[in-house]
Amino acid sequence: MKPAAVADVRLTTYNKRVYEPSDDSFALVDALLTHDWHIKRPRLCVEVGCGSGYVICSAARLLEQHGIRAHCIASDISSAALQATQETLVAHSVACVDLVQGDLLSPFLPGFEHKVDLLIFNPPYVPTPDEELSRTDIARAWAGGNRGRVIIDRFLPQVKDILSPEGFLYMVTVMDNNPAEILQLLAEDGIEGKVVLERAADEEALRILCCWRI
Amino acid sequence: MKLLTHNMLSCHIKGVKNGYPFKIDPVKIEEMDADYDPDFLRHIYPRLEWPALREAAQVMGEPNLPEEVTESMLQNDEEFLRHFHHALLELILEEGALVCPETGRRFPVHKGVPNLLLHEDEV
Repeated sequence: MKPAAVADVRLTTYNKRVYEPSDDSFALVDALLTHDWHIKRPRLCVEVGCGSGYVICSAARLLEQHGIRAHCIASDISSAALQATQETLVAHSVACVDLVQGDLLSPFLPGFEHKVDLLIFNPPYVPTPDEELSRTDIARAWAGGNRGRVIIDRFLPQVKDILSPEGFLYMVTVMDNNPAEILQLLAEDGIEGKVVLERAADEEALRILCCWRI
Repeated sequence: MKLLTHNMLSCHIKGVKNGYPFKIDPVKIEEMDADYDPDFLRHIYPRLEWPALREAAQVMGEPNLPEEVTESMLQNDEEFLRHFHHALLELILEEGALVCPETGRRFPVHKGVPNLLLHEDEV
């Protein structure tokens, strides 16, 4: 079998206002590559914080290669990121993705309650002083506050509300975020999960989580 | 933005109780060909609010969706499925606004992207 074609970095838009696809993005896409798409065929996919669009574009291409027709929605708080994602999608001739400008999952609740089969999140996970969180430049793409958990912890309580009964969450973390504790918090909401990919990158110990409803 | 996305969005301003569905105020509508896949339509149908889709489709220029949908229509009514497909996936709200049915708050749609960010006093 030929290797699956994900998004091409050369066709991906990024700039000084939009985070460049990096080790964390590649690890997340590699984790998606290991997913068994045919157990439950996702029909509705949401990526929160789409940035350059590299990940949602890769997901859309994977779905297509597996013969799965799905509707995808990508959101970001940054209009520059959404414009970049739009350009990345056009460059890859991907048309099944709608874009929404919003803050984390707030635009999707209650409307998407228990409807999302595949939820993808590459959060701002880098530990920073909490003051960094109020910046509105590209720092917003990575600044995660104390332990890199401030944005992640706003996101986690909504996962149980948005995942469909067959839904999966794929999410980037690093060891600084304490992924074991994140999995514990999700378990308290009836969401089971595990680390599906470990990778050492520049000064980061990446841990990609895959979670599902029990 | 396709009407499939519209069908699942609601106004999330704090305190709003009847923020669904958004009214559509279209300025520019585009039509895009999408691959016709009745199997997808059958799978996505149970997650849709049909009256909201029907009303949105009328505003967007597809007046042929019926009030009621039956299982046999979903299985083998080709004409119905074609209209359903067109409304759900081929009509794009490119410019305009989504309007909260309770407060009248307008969320602008620009280049096909709705801006659903809230103001500080709405969170």
